[in-house]
Amino acid sequence: MIPRPEITEVNRAYWDGLAEGRLQFQRCTACGAAWLPPRGACPNCLAPEPTWERSRGRGRLISWVVYRHAYADHLKERLPYNVAIVELDEGPRLLTNIVDSAEGHGFYVGARLTLALEEEEGLALARFRLAETER
Amino acid sequence: MRGQAVVAGVGHTRYGKLPGRDRIDLIVEAARSASADAGVEKERLDGVLVKMANSAPSILYGQKVAEALGLRPRVGAALDQGGAANIALISYAAMAIEAGLMEMALVCYGDTPRTGSRAVYHRPRGDDAVYGWYATAAGYAMIHQAYKQRYATPDEHFGAIAVQARAHGLENPMGHLRQALPMEAYLEGRCLIDPLRRNDCCLVSDGGAAVIVTSAKLARALGIEQAVPILGFGQGQESWDVHLRPDLTRTMAAVSAETAYAMAGLGPGEIDVAQLYDCFTVTVLQTMEDYGLAPRGQAGAFALAEGIGPEGALPLNTSGGLLSESGTPGLQLVIEGVRQMRGDARLQVRDPKACIVSNQGGSMHSHATLILGAPS
Repeated sequence: MIPRPEITEVNRAYWDGLAEGRLQFQRCTACGAAWLPPRGACPNCLAPEPTWERSRGRGRLISWVVYRHAYADHLKERLPYNVAIVELDEGPRLLTNIVDSAEGHGFYVGARLTLALEEEEGLALARFRLAETER
Repeated sequence: MRGQAVVAGVGHTRYGKLPGRDRIDLIVEAARSASADAGVEKERLDGVLVKMANSAPSILYGQKVAEALGLRPRVGAALDQGGAANIALISYAAMAIEAGLMEMALVCYGDTPRTGSRAVYHRPRGDDAVYGWYATAAGYAMIHQAYKQRYATPDEHFGAIAVQARAHGLENPMGHLRQALPMEAYLEGRCLIDPLRRNDCCLVSDGGAAVIVTSAKLARALGIEQAVPILGFGQGQESWDVHLRPDLTRTMAAVSAETAYAMAGLGPGEIDVAQLYDCFTVTVLQTMEDYGLAPRGQAGAFALAEGIGPEGALPLNTSGGLLSESGTPGLQLVIEGVRQMRGDARLQVRDPKACIVSNQGGSMHSHATLILGAPS
């Protein structure tokens, strides 16, 4: 079993949105800053009550790693697998998996990426794939 | 603050796999050794500052340690900054002594992750665990990848750090891993999380270490001849999430070093020997660059061309560091720095005037810098 995210009042909208096919991030109504992961207040100006905004699902690759060792039982059958840092065009960053190549073939810093939502064990995940048309 | 406080004594246990040892007993052994080294009775210690044990965080830990030492100190504290905590505690001790809160402090650490639990290093990382984001090493693998991609760094540049650390550790009878590492063996090493190789990663070791900090004035009054002056210190902190850092190839270590250099009245050109926190090889390359000891992207090339052995342009991690002497988080680097400045290190650098020491914690989350001078 993959671990479940710990749902709180702060991050519920994020995970509900993913389940409905939307990747969202937070934006401050006071200063306009945009960010992930979800927080109760703006990390730039500390204003409360940020709004949710839907991402266009485009971004670029910042860095990536490839696991060849399973740190939990459920990961054994996934080996090898990658974990990558994606920066959305709107600014926020997140950790994700790039679905094209488990071992990172063809990956480079700055590679253009497109959202590729997947469901795993009933949980919606914001994975990405290389956006070939934009390379 | 320059020169107002000194390291009056150092002590540590053997490092490695120490089955049956309790982490606080390791601290007591290190404290006994540090008191003997300084030539002071433990009753002189009126401050006990301890770095939280990574494998067993607990409430009021400083008081547990003081009780085991048979002390009721004026100042006590346990700090969590991951591996940056030891130098941070030394700097807080120096300031508290200057302010008159205490006269002489024990800064100490002991833990048993090797025989006990390493779970802390393998744990899932928050909600991102749904993507398979586990283990301390993964954050460093992200940083290693970013560095390697930015500068097209050959693997040998990372290997240079590991190979030299192991050469130094070979000469250290108290060290954990005393085995030479040829470059070929480094390059063939197994990968756990690409692009990290096995020998990019530090040891996990049991052990205890302690240093005694006091004022230069009291050290003189007590006739402690080999007291090593603390010339400067600094700190710098990064974000909790590694992926939120705007540039993975540099950290607040640069700010930490600037603060320490300014206090010491020194620049990187005046550093004769360095003990840099080598939990992973990329950490050393980035710290050398953040500290101004090598040009950006060139730390590995510098190590290969100019030398980081005791006779090299920048003698580095001369007792083996975390890659060879001990994976314990950082106090051993301070102790080796003190020995180099006293002139009693095993691989002694000739007549050094200044040693810079780095400590850092988490996945380069926290950073602390210490600059030591020669005893007067």
